[in-house]
Amino acid sequence: MNRQRIALYWFSATIAVSLVAMLVPLPTVLQPFKPYWPALVLLYWALESGERVNLGLAFVVGLLADLLDGVLLGEQALRLTALVFIALRFRSRLRFFPMWQQTLAVLALLINDRILLLIVRSFAGEASPTLSWWFSPFVGAALWPFLFLLLDDLRIRLRIA
Amino acid sequence: MALNREESSPLFAGTVAGTLRLLAYLALAMVLMVLDHRNGWTWRARYAAAVVVEPLYRLAGAPSAGLHALTVAFAERKTLTEDNQRLREDLLLANAKLNRMAAVAEQNQRLKELLDTQRSLELNVQLARVIGVDLGPGEDRIMLGVGANSGIHVGQPVIDARGVMGQVVHVLPSTSVVMLVTDPAHAVPVTVERTGLRTIAYGTRDGSGLMLPDIPLAADVRVGDRLLTSGLGGRFPPGFPVGTIRRVRTAPTGMFLEAMAQPAADLDRSEDVLLLHDQAEPVGPPAPAAPVGPPADLAMPVSAGSAPAPAATGATQ
Repeated sequence: MNRQRIALYWFSATIAVSLVAMLVPLPTVLQPFKPYWPALVLLYWALESGERVNLGLAFVVGLLADLLDGVLLGEQALRLTALVFIALRFRSRLRFFPMWQQTLAVLALLINDRILLLIVRSFAGEASPTLSWWFSPFVGAALWPFLFLLLDDLRIRLRIA
Repeated sequence: MALNREESSPLFAGTVAGTLRLLAYLALAMVLMVLDHRNGWTWRARYAAAVVVEPLYRLAGAPSAGLHALTVAFAERKTLTEDNQRLREDLLLANAKLNRMAAVAEQNQRLKELLDTQRSLELNVQLARVIGVDLGPGEDRIMLGVGANSGIHVGQPVIDARGVMGQVVHVLPSTSVVMLVTDPAHAVPVTVERTGLRTIAYGTRDGSGLMLPDIPLAADVRVGDRLLTSGLGGRFPPGFPVGTIRRVRTAPTGMFLEAMAQPAADLDRSEDVLLLHDQAEPVGPPAPAAPVGPPADLAMPVSAGSAPAPAATGATQ
């Protein structure tokens, strides 16, 4: 019981930290390279403990992210739901990929996410983004192995299933 | 347990129910987006959830504030002394200029009183701190640490020591969001200081500067011309520096001149900004002057017997 509660707290804490990390600004030069933290953390949990993450949760996290940092209410909800759906659909395979293949898969997922965002933005009538806008998925994928190992290590230390 | 997992995430084929759920969530998200696009619910929801949202903004702004504090704390004594020296010189120069301007300003005030305009050179401003929060990619917005509780409202112009920064677009109880002049969705009516040409400065797509896309071909615009707010539209008071023209070329259509300008304000580096309060400046043409007819004495015979006429004559005598 206690173990489960710790697990729940830890899970919520990682999501909350990822949401705040999304808001923290970087120096102007590094700004385009900022990874999409909530997506990375949700991906980790979708792969590692698939029964905890479902589409409804992704939708709610997306709505929270929109509330904090969105242009449109529902934009990130849509993106994260799609992302988590694909991750859960291929979960069994993604989990047993070697790290470099997993990283490539994450890159594909993040680029797909950017394309979704581009579609939404263009429907909302916003100006098309510049080239630097596409850097973020690559940075996110490059950080993925480290994030994965860090979160996995902490999870094992806390003995969370 | 393992069996259960296999069912929830099969190795090859997905379940139909899962896809249907995805479609339902996507549809819900789209409905939300369309409704929000029409009604602007995000900011209303944010306002309602301000108790949760605002502390998170402050929390997210803490690292940049902390970094700033650290740089100040560990800055070399030499740098600080140099800074101090430079600021002193600036202040001296500014004071000297002010002293020279004071007489002119007073004269201007008298002349304006004579002309009976309501405009004044006095500024009614409020100082605000910038909170370092990233408000989404592709947007040139900053967050300020004052909000509706301090009397901030949507549409207030924001300036710094060098020029116009932008205007308040969203207000929460104790924070507010400013759209910078370089935002692609922003436009400010300007005049070219040298020639008085009126035009509009838009933000650019990558938020790097200002764009003046519709200057007549025959107009005299040169690199280095300063742009001031024209005061048209009633949002920004006239006479504030907006930017300096950096490049002029013919637009791809060949119908207009296109100019790029560098914003005058320190958009990246400002820590404190000034919010302008309403100056009670009438928008549109001035009120019609009171009709000046012949003296009241002459009107007497016409409106004989009416009550106010004798009183008026009494007052004039």
